[in-house]
Amino acid sequence: MSKAEAVRAHQFDDSGQQHEASWIGMWVFLATEIMFFGGMFMGYILYRSLYPAAFANASNHLDVWLGGINTAVLICSSFTMASAVHSAAAGKRRTLVSCLLLTMALGLVFLGIKFSEYYVKFVEHLVPGISFVYEQRFAGPAEIFFSFYFAMTGMHALHMIIGIGLLTYLVVNSLRGRFSPSYHTPVEMIGLYWHFVDIVWIFLFPLLYLVGRHL
Amino acid sequence: MNGQPVARREHYLNVSYGVKSWLFTTDHKRIAWLYLVSVTFFFFIGGLFATLIRLELLTPQGDLVQAETYNKLFTMHGVTMIFFFLIPSIPAVLGNFLIPMMIGARDLAFPRLNLASWYIYILGGLFTLAAAAAGGVDTGWTFYTPYSSIYSNTNVALTVVGVFITGFSSILTGLNFVVTIHKMRAPGMTWFRLPLFVWSHYATSIIFILGTPVLAISLALVAVERLLNLGIFDPARGGDPLLFQHLFWFYSHPAVYIMILPGMGVISELIPCFSRKRVFGYEFVAFSSVAIAVIGFLVWGHHMFVSGQSVYAGMVFSLLSFLVAIPSAIKVFNWTATLYKGSISYDAPMLYALGFIGLFTIGGLTGLFLATLGIDIHVHDTYFVIAHFHYIMVGSAVMAYLGGIHFWWPKMTGRMYSEGWARLAALIIFIGFNLTFFPQFVLGYLGMPRRYHVYPPEFQVLNVMSSAGASILAVGYVLPLVYMIWSLRYGAVAGKNPWRATGLEWETPSPPPTDNFEVTPLVTEEAYAYDAIEPEAAYAGRPAHV
Amino acid sequence: MKAEPHVSLRVYVLVFAALIALTLLTTGVAFIDLGGNLNSIAAVAIAVCKALLVILYFMHVRYSDRLTWVFVGAGFFWLLLLIGGTMNDVLTRPVRSPDTASTSTGVSPR
Repeated sequence: MSKAEAVRAHQFDDSGQQHEASWIGMWVFLATEIMFFGGMFMGYILYRSLYPAAFANASNHLDVWLGGINTAVLICSSFTMASAVHSAAAGKRRTLVSCLLLTMALGLVFLGIKFSEYYVKFVEHLVPGISFVYEQRFAGPAEIFFSFYFAMTGMHALHMIIGIGLLTYLVVNSLRGRFSPSYHTPVEMIGLYWHFVDIVWIFLFPLLYLVGRHL
Repeated sequence: MNGQPVARREHYLNVSYGVKSWLFTTDHKRIAWLYLVSVTFFFFIGGLFATLIRLELLTPQGDLVQAETYNKLFTMHGVTMIFFFLIPSIPAVLGNFLIPMMIGARDLAFPRLNLASWYIYILGGLFTLAAAAAGGVDTGWTFYTPYSSIYSNTNVALTVVGVFITGFSSILTGLNFVVTIHKMRAPGMTWFRLPLFVWSHYATSIIFILGTPVLAISLALVAVERLLNLGIFDPARGGDPLLFQHLFWFYSHPAVYIMILPGMGVISELIPCFSRKRVFGYEFVAFSSVAIAVIGFLVWGHHMFVSGQSVYAGMVFSLLSFLVAIPSAIKVFNWTATLYKGSISYDAPMLYALGFIGLFTIGGLTGLFLATLGIDIHVHDTYFVIAHFHYIMVGSAVMAYLGGIHFWWPKMTGRMYSEGWARLAALIIFIGFNLTFFPQFVLGYLGMPRRYHVYPPEFQVLNVMSSAGASILAVGYVLPLVYMIWSLRYGAVAGKNPWRATGLEWETPSPPPTDNFEVTPLVTEEAYAYDAIEPEAAYAGRPAHV
Repeated sequence: MKAEPHVSLRVYVLVFAALIALTLLTTGVAFIDLGGNLNSIAAVAIAVCKALLVILYFMHVRYSDRLTWVFVGAGFFWLLLLIGGTMNDVLTRPVRSPDTASTSTGVSPR
């Protein structure tokens, strides 16, 4: 029995059942993530409705170019991740590994840009709790805006870092020949996770970077 | 029969020995035991805090402890009891043990995740115990801002981190249950043949999954605000303390349904068995579990009627809170109808079940009082609220937990507990409970506020009654600890099905083999087929009570 | 889902192109005053479209069984419950004006 054949844990009757359980299980986990990030979106929405002017003012301090590039970077990474799953299903090991490595690289590019943005914010004294200076008119609500900016993008970045770790695991196991057309569940599951993290950013970008740009 | 060793047959308890075989187990039945020991430990810690509270409240003056210490006592009592006892209790102990067996599976869908859940729970517990050891927390288990996020000088961050971590234990358990129930039922086990215990745990798992993450984020924001001096909840800097309350109660209201739904599932198993009758209205009971879980997510604002929430929102939440009572009432009606013309026996599990029905009715009805805006203005933050939720949490949930432990004890251990002592303990608990908490309805109605270590002298008589009841209750809780442990060595050996109950778990030896079933069961009967069992046979082979 | 759906790479490329286009659209529209709340509505609407594309095609939900759709839908729906219930309170609080500042009931929209 080669390593690439379906591995079946003892509690399952067949590999189909195991695959279905994993699939549903990962979606249940993603539902919890929707609610987890959702709590922060809730806070953001509440304060944006209370302080629209302050939020617009604060949002204009963010670099829309870097935000936009990062959005494109993540969209590319979702594409390469979907391609990775596609390659795994087709049994193309080398393409699988390349796609996974590309996804990781794009993730690292995203994080690099993100942390450079954080550094710029620090220099501009826009980091609540550490170094925050703002015009008196909007001071309190702007600090709230930036609190949510750092909390939400920070939590998102943490999920990206975890994702890159998971991708490393996939690369290592792909090279060991652990995946095949009949068994590549971990690739699919981590793919779902990666796409989800992309979706969070799809909402973060307009809500944080594109407020009141027309003003 | 006493003291004779069980004939040597391999089962989940003796298949391997040693600490490592327990700490690294992936067997859902062993993990249930890990939880059983842990939750019992936290129950007595929470009980210790309660003892100190009731001792202080014997007198109107603050003579036992200072106000600040008292604040820590009721906070730690709430945190320990809710997050480390009530929420895990039935799901993590009985749910873990029974769900795979009840559906005819060998284990849960993700056994290693199940073990991880327990370790995460323990880690969270250690953080919280550390906070207690370091001087405790005084914010109330509700951690309201801005007191918790800015002004309190106690170990808030440590405690909320502990609760945050433990939340993931719940989430993973809920995930495991949902996937297991969907994908691992034995052939013939359709949704409407499932025991109602499984339905209620499915509903509970919905709440675990969709509610707990919001608690996590609310506590994380408090911790971050405290540590970094942000202004998210600081009114002086434009923050809204009500944001915290919305996020907190969005989880914590459904959390009370996490605490009661599994108990309802236990009752749905006990009532038919000890009435020798099918459950009346099975589909209604099943659907009402899900309805409670869903509607329970729509009512959280009833905790915020006087917090600054808009009156309009208050009205909406009040109306929805009336609605959520309906499925609970449906269950009570159906259990009662099951009892009607049943062949009732009064074994200890049934005593707990009957007590549950009465006490849950009182607790539930007083909940409607609180849902009524006009009444709540007067009784909010009084002992009326405390009495209400203790009737549900203690009078109902804890009694259901004990009833379930007694009922499934022979299956879990292969031994019968002492029926005489069990009935005595159930009676003592019932009396002690009512003496403790009924006076609190009166106290609250008369205006005694909660979370105060002093009170006007005219309230002393009722407070003394309550503390006296608490001491009786304490005795009642210690008794099972003693006779259950005693039964492990000296209890009568139990067969496969000492209660002549229906359900797949009773068709396998006691204690069960590691994989639960020698052969995967094929289900052909509806649940609770008690009318298929001859009446005489129901009494034959009953356990020899010690 | 029982069997692995075979989604061709061509579908992925099209979805990728659509996502990039929508990103350019949302960024461009942000700099144009659409009046009232339309800018916010447009931003969210476009984000929802992008999310749907990722969910349906990259995450294979379009080819999945009904149970998956229920779980995905439930997750987002529950978030709407949280937002809806909370904003139901926030948006109906009495509006603060300088005259009523001393009797204001906390934070409310201006």
